[in-house]
Amino acid sequence: MDTHWDGVRLHVVTGKGGTGKTTVAAALALALASGGRKVLLVEVEGRQGIAQVFDLPPLPYEERRIAVAPSGGDVYALAIDPEDAMLEYLEMFYGMRRAGRALTKMGVVDFATTVAPGFRDVLVTGKTTEAVRRRGKDGRRVYDAVVLDAPPTGRITRFLNVTQEVAGLAKVGPIKNHSDLVSGVVKSPETAVHFVTLLEEMPVQETIDGVAELRAAGLPAGGVFVNMVRESLLPPRVLDMAVKGRFDVGELALGLKSAGLADSADASTLAEALVDEVVEHARRTAIERSERESLDAVDLPRYELPLLADGVDLAGLYELAESMRTQGAA
Amino acid sequence: MKKPEPLDVDAILDDPGTRIIVCCGAGGVGKTTTAAALGLRAAERGRRAVVLTVDPARRLAQSMGLTELDNTPRLIVRHDDGGELFAMMLDMKRTFDEIIEAHADPERARQILSNPFYQSLSSSFAGTQEYMAMEKLGQLRRSDEWDLIVVDTPPSRSALDFLDAPERLGRFLDGRFIRLLTAPAKAGGRSAFRLLNAGFGLMAGALTKLLGAQVIKDLQTFVSALDAVFGGFRQRAELTYKLLQAPGTAFLVVAAPERDAMREASYFVERLAEERMPLAGLVVNRVHLTPASALSAARSAAAAEELESRGEHELTAAVLRLHAGRMQLAARQSREQEHFVTAHPTVPVVQVRAMSDDVHDLAGLRQIGELLASA
Repeated sequence: MDTHWDGVRLHVVTGKGGTGKTTVAAALALALASGGRKVLLVEVEGRQGIAQVFDLPPLPYEERRIAVAPSGGDVYALAIDPEDAMLEYLEMFYGMRRAGRALTKMGVVDFATTVAPGFRDVLVTGKTTEAVRRRGKDGRRVYDAVVLDAPPTGRITRFLNVTQEVAGLAKVGPIKNHSDLVSGVVKSPETAVHFVTLLEEMPVQETIDGVAELRAAGLPAGGVFVNMVRESLLPPRVLDMAVKGRFDVGELALGLKSAGLADSADASTLAEALVDEVVEHARRTAIERSERESLDAVDLPRYELPLLADGVDLAGLYELAESMRTQGAA
Repeated sequence: MKKPEPLDVDAILDDPGTRIIVCCGAGGVGKTTTAAALGLRAAERGRRAVVLTVDPARRLAQSMGLTELDNTPRLIVRHDDGGELFAMMLDMKRTFDEIIEAHADPERARQILSNPFYQSLSSSFAGTQEYMAMEKLGQLRRSDEWDLIVVDTPPSRSALDFLDAPERLGRFLDGRFIRLLTAPAKAGGRSAFRLLNAGFGLMAGALTKLLGAQVIKDLQTFVSALDAVFGGFRQRAELTYKLLQAPGTAFLVVAAPERDAMREASYFVERLAEERMPLAGLVVNRVHLTPASALSAARSAAAAEELESRGEHELTAAVLRLHAGRMQLAARQSREQEHFVTAHPTVPVVQVRAMSDDVHDLAGLRQIGELLASA
């Protein structure tokens, strides 16, 4: 099936706090895996967000299967711990298991992963891109796609722009080579950076700023996922009247009486109370319309995901994944 | 929902013994807005208040008349009865630079400020923002120019990072690695690795391989230059930590009625208790309340269906559908809060209803202040 992101192997998902970034990343992994594919979902901030959305015990630093996608397909998950990633890196590239342990004891690992932030990001993105590039014995890629639940919008460009970040620290040497390798993946057409937003002023503004920053750094912007979209139940004409304070309360009261919800005395009180809701809804709809217009400016494919009335549970994730697939996101 | 004790915000604001209010919680729950609204309300009730915000949205900053990072409190409102509101945005790098300049001689300060490690540490270390926020808080408190400081916490990966920052810095400073790097510098600037035993030689080899020789050299310069400054750092970090535990401090945990945010709030409350930090209560923002709550979701939906099937009162049916959705959302939000209240029955709570638009000006902040005080 053709999607907007055929050929993309690394899906980076970012967004302002509170927009549902982890939920969207999880649903995207399910959507990408459906139909018999194998997808790795990665988290990097030590929050155990993946375990929470899939209702699992905390994930170790190990790739393990956590969900089966619709019509076959597997989602694996990995919670990257920068310290473990550093030890693994030392062992993998230098065969230095013992030295790694010595480094941990000396506090070097702690130092490198917490104090020198560029290094920390290189380790984490390094592990992620290694999973993207990894090939099996048959020479084929092990994962059809990797979805990265990345740091929030405010930090995303710095996080991905590793070469820039370590340039001041390491001009030559293995860290530099390693970061060049990472950069080769994240700046290629195999990567897409998706933004999660709500139809509210602050998240939309952050998205617009984030996309601009990303583009300025030469990193590939992907799609915009508008999360928690409420359907509008009232026709625009009625909403317009409500905003102008000219909603027909009398007509509503008649309807309430007719529905047997109130007698004549109570009907107008109930109608007044409901009108407050209508006015609030109308205002919110107007804001959403103008936020959609603002988002037009970033000129990226846009996907709208419904607000889940019962909150995010496993069934909700599958519902979001299905919605992504019908919209061509996966 | 079990009824929690109402949080009396005005009592906290009016108590002259309250000197610091810390708003903490998950990202995206409205911490900065809450902090600004509290500061404004305190000023209007006669306090001389300063709001220290760490990473505000531009519009919110504009609503208080702040246009740029300048690291100094600016007067926002002055009242006839003596109340004043100041506000400032934290400039993390500037704050760090100032500490270096204040604690090192000019030559050493210059060395540190131009070192690539310092530049990286001061502008992007995940813990620097938290640490500098605490440092600035300590500075403002020590200046004693304000009788109330309201601070929001950085949007960190873990909402608790600011509590851990001083300890992390301490651990970093006490690390053997740092001591090894600094020791030779004190002994006359000889190579860090020459003096040391074979075990360290192995490590040094690994390090050089991993980082490259230039990095090691920069690192050494950086660490030895910072060494003199760091002692004072840690001492003040500990003072600030103690300040947070003092009775004049009130922690307000801010949340939204969503699962993640409430879970984070629970975690926060437990952690504050562990650290013996004084918790004042929980603020739940974005709560959907409706004046028509007597009409249940089920009855509303059934009536809408009835009208639709009769083909009558189309408008009323749509409004009833809308109401049913609102009631459903309200029920879910109430469930999310219930978990918290059950687990922490003694924590006072105030709910702030959801607004249709973002706050753009002082009038908006004032309105939120009123809602905060209406529990």
